[in-house]
Amino acid sequence: MLQYVAKRLVFMAPLLVGITIICFSVMHLAPGSPTDLQTQMNPRASAEAQARLRAMYDLDKPLYHQYWIWVQKLAVLDLGQSFSTDHRPVADKILERLPITILLNCLSLILILALAIPIGVLSAVHQNSLFDKLTSVFVFIGFAMPTFWLALLLMILFGVQLGWLPISGIRSLNYEYLPAGAAFWDLIKHLILPVMLSAFGGLAGLSRYMRSNMLEVIRQDYIMTARAKGLSERAVIYKHALRNALLPVITILGLSIPGLIGGSVIFETIFAIPGMGQLFYMSVMARDYPVVMGILFIGAVLTLLGNLIADVSYAVADPRIRVS
Amino acid sequence: MESDFWNRFLKNKMAVAGSLVVLLLFAVSLLAPWIAPCDPSAIDLTQVLAAPSSAHLFGTDQLGRDVLSRMIWGARISLKVGFVATGIAILLGAILGAVSGYYGRWVDAVIMRFVDIMLCFPTFFLILAVIAILEPSIWNIMIIIGLTGWMGITRLVRADFISLKERDFVLAARVIGASDLRIIFIHILPNAMASILVAATLGIAGAILTESALSFLGIGVQPPTPSWGNILTAGKDNIDIAWWLSLYPGLAILITVLGYNLLGEGIRDSLDPRLR
Repeated sequence: MLQYVAKRLVFMAPLLVGITIICFSVMHLAPGSPTDLQTQMNPRASAEAQARLRAMYDLDKPLYHQYWIWVQKLAVLDLGQSFSTDHRPVADKILERLPITILLNCLSLILILALAIPIGVLSAVHQNSLFDKLTSVFVFIGFAMPTFWLALLLMILFGVQLGWLPISGIRSLNYEYLPAGAAFWDLIKHLILPVMLSAFGGLAGLSRYMRSNMLEVIRQDYIMTARAKGLSERAVIYKHALRNALLPVITILGLSIPGLIGGSVIFETIFAIPGMGQLFYMSVMARDYPVVMGILFIGAVLTLLGNLIADVSYAVADPRIRVS
Repeated sequence: MESDFWNRFLKNKMAVAGSLVVLLLFAVSLLAPWIAPCDPSAIDLTQVLAAPSSAHLFGTDQLGRDVLSRMIWGARISLKVGFVATGIAILLGAILGAVSGYYGRWVDAVIMRFVDIMLCFPTFFLILAVIAILEPSIWNIMIIIGLTGWMGITRLVRADFISLKERDFVLAARVIGASDLRIIFIHILPNAMASILVAATLGIAGAILTESALSFLGIGVQPPTPSWGNILTAGKDNIDIAWWLSLYPGLAILITVLGYNLLGEGIRDSLDPRLR
């Protein structure tokens, strides 16, 4: 097992290097130099002062040297300082917003799993039934749905028309004065819409995947064996078939992580949730390059970590993977 | 073979419905100047946020512009973004996938690692980061969506090439002295066209969704150019007073994307019924 984990880690190393190279290249796509922002608006900045500023940011050195300096800083999570007026370290700004984004994504992953697996299994077991047909309609619509639009519609319905759910932020203004129970309920109410919506996209994909997986497994010989020896249909489906159909889901979950993280930009912006996605959007609008690059890097590393966890869990669940 | 395809395709109701949607979209885009009831940029401050009526079927926006007309012109944007972005992705994906699958060895290893690295980035993050640096304009959007969407096609074409290059016709071509380039592009690539076509159709759907999300966030197609996404931005700003601004453009996106998806899946099922 340890050997397997080590192998995966070695495989990840070049990917990590590649991620840093791409982040660095994107950063240097910018026309002009990052110091222009500070000097162009200032008519008193002399050529000499500009040169000094460039030296301060190591911009006078060759590219590969700049890359090396940047990577060394990355290794200790020094992502530079924000261009915004608070000039805080980028790493701090991201880390304080990361927990809420991870919480949201974990909740929607759980919701996806809790719904997609039963939906997929039921529609495979009752293939061509009414339920199966309705599910496939839902899947097609799910794939085509602009989720930000669905968010708007649900905000109009539940927030504006019915007034059941709040439509922005993660807590009410009077949050601090609420008793613990009410405060928790307040948080839940704020999270319902964002979590449901970010789960929506992945739900369609996973239920369809689960269905085709299950259909394939049901046709295997060992399922016939299980039926032949007189096991109940329940035991055949939920013990013998389901366990095998569930395995590849682990990989799919790993693959869906970048989509979820990417989607957090949209949902956090729409619902005004103070997470990493919203920070990313605000930094893009404000052209706060250090923050943008920091989040781009963190987003890719999170994906890489998610894939590693998926690989390792797969190996735990399926011993065949470890051996081969 | 070809008539088999059409027989199966025309029997598939979903696929036919999908192609009708796509054809309708083509027609609307081409005929926009003639079928739009109003000038899409004609501001009428006496008609600000007017509810749907016989004069304005889908109502008006915050500047009194006719929403239906803006949506008809917006269809052009969707069509353009879908085709150009997917064209770029297909071009890149087909060439990289072909080279990777045909040559194998270290060429393959390098290209596939590059694909793995690109897939680590949440696509939406990558697109936004590039937009932060370049100006958001329709051309930049199309190019960026294309440059971040080629990885799936590369893997697909590579898999096709790996199995196709072992076939006898490739050996035959090599025997008569055809160059590698000729074998790749004249002999093998046409045989991989089926899966590329399917990926392209589904890719257009994805590009339209991405563009609308970007325009909705205000970093895609910039006003006053009408796009379905940026009409929805106005919908969000007036969420408590003007539901029509939120409803209709989103419905247009949903139906269009659904149409392309159904068409793509229909083509795939008709090309090879075993894939169902």
